[in-house]
Amino acid sequence: MKIMHCPLNGPRNISEFTYGGQVLAMPDPERCSDREWSHYVFYADNTIGVVREWWQHTPSSYWFIAERHNGSDDILRTYDPGELFSAQGDLTEGGASP
Amino acid sequence: MPLGLLKYGRGDKYPYEQHADLPGPTQLRDHYDVVIIGGGGHGVATAYYLAKYHGITNVAVLEKAYLGGGNTARNTAVIRSNYLTPEGVRFYSASVKLYENLSNEFDFNIMYSQRGQLTLAHTDATVRAFRQRAEVNKHFRGRTELIDRQAIAELVPCLNLDPAELPVLAGLWHRDGATARHDAVAWGYARGATQRGVELHQLTEVTGIEQSQGRVTGVVTNRGRVNCGCVVQAVAGHSALLADKAGFALPLVAYPLQAMVTLPVKPFLNPLVSSSALHCYVQQTSRGEIVIGGGSDPYPLYQSRASLPLKESLIASAVDLFPFLSEMRLLRQWAGITDMTTDYSPIMGLSPLENYYLDAGWGTWGFKATPICGQTMAQLVASGGQVPDLIAPFALERFDRFQQVNEMGATAASH
Repeated sequence: MKIMHCPLNGPRNISEFTYGGQVLAMPDPERCSDREWSHYVFYADNTIGVVREWWQHTPSSYWFIAERHNGSDDILRTYDPGELFSAQGDLTEGGASP
Repeated sequence: MPLGLLKYGRGDKYPYEQHADLPGPTQLRDHYDVVIIGGGGHGVATAYYLAKYHGITNVAVLEKAYLGGGNTARNTAVIRSNYLTPEGVRFYSASVKLYENLSNEFDFNIMYSQRGQLTLAHTDATVRAFRQRAEVNKHFRGRTELIDRQAIAELVPCLNLDPAELPVLAGLWHRDGATARHDAVAWGYARGATQRGVELHQLTEVTGIEQSQGRVTGVVTNRGRVNCGCVVQAVAGHSALLADKAGFALPLVAYPLQAMVTLPVKPFLNPLVSSSALHCYVQQTSRGEIVIGGGSDPYPLYQSRASLPLKESLIASAVDLFPFLSEMRLLRQWAGITDMTTDYSPIMGLSPLENYYLDAGWGTWGFKATPICGQTMAQLVASGGQVPDLIAPFALERFDRFQQVNEMGATAASH
């Protein structure tokens, strides 16, 4: 079986993980237009290349980020979301540290 | 068909020999009124109806590989209209009606076989959803009803009614459910279209879309560029990639969908059987092979490779439904790339470019819509962009209006 490297639990079978969508910067829901919000909800990068995605290790409910090539299925890197987001629960553009 | 049969009976030659094949490759012309990108069922059906009903024959269908070699060849050939929303049921019923007469219309056998489709409910919630689907379907004159365990046992005597600790509670019996030979559908449309003057260019890949002031002016291919009056894109799993070349994004995610067939055996299974709880559907083709299909892969991928875990789970569910299938041998397996929308309905109609029309978002439900898609897309093109009522709910802009057409319950894993 395909193996994914979980930043918390180490290498595990891919069947232990749940895909959670792409990592996208959330616009401020109070201020953005309907169109900006619909783009955040329904659109993602769907061309072939490396994408940044949310994944969960299902048995331990641990969410992390994986960089994966959506054409070759190579998982290039997995890491704790703390690397990208400064505060827990803050997914807005300001919340993501560069 | 009857006339063709009579001629065949009275003649001394096999009647289709001289025109069974499509016209050979020709040079691309400088200009086409309509360029259809994608030579699958939807693309050639659109070309066929453009030529047949609207007299538009300066049409090129550009196919990067060969006719009907993409998802037209990879789907599991299920035709049904027992959807959930009025918009969906109306649209797919029109397709089923067209399918019923397609062999006659083509004078070419698509092996259409109306055997009914049976979907199994294993939970109370599913029974309630089925009741709603049955009522919506009846309202649109579809033949769909809720049946009990005894009726299911009579319909499919070899079915295990208590699979995997999930006893079957009821079934949604859709008499209009059918199957057909998917390749023949593409061939029939392609033959009809080319006989009327449409050009089918295989091994012709579109590499760029030329535009000026919000209008498409031409397409660039690996065989040179052509000017065009308008473009229709019908490229299934690669819809988002082509739209990207045209300069806009589509709300689609590409997932692989896997299926397989066993060695052929004597006929034992007449209806098409699917189970939403087991994420599996099983049917026997006219050749005797058992087709096993199910849900998409668990995460997005642009690759039509097979994966063992998904095949294993599909086979396990199929064996739960029909235990004796464990004795069968697999003949072949494959995957296709499906372009999924969040509401499990297609994206049809206008695009951000004025003369560029969309036929995308067909995910796992494209084959059954082939005839009505061709007819409505042809209407859209011929009228210069007036969207037919039947496809108006499937517009791309529905996502910006938050007006989705939710068919998830009627589509996911129950093709």
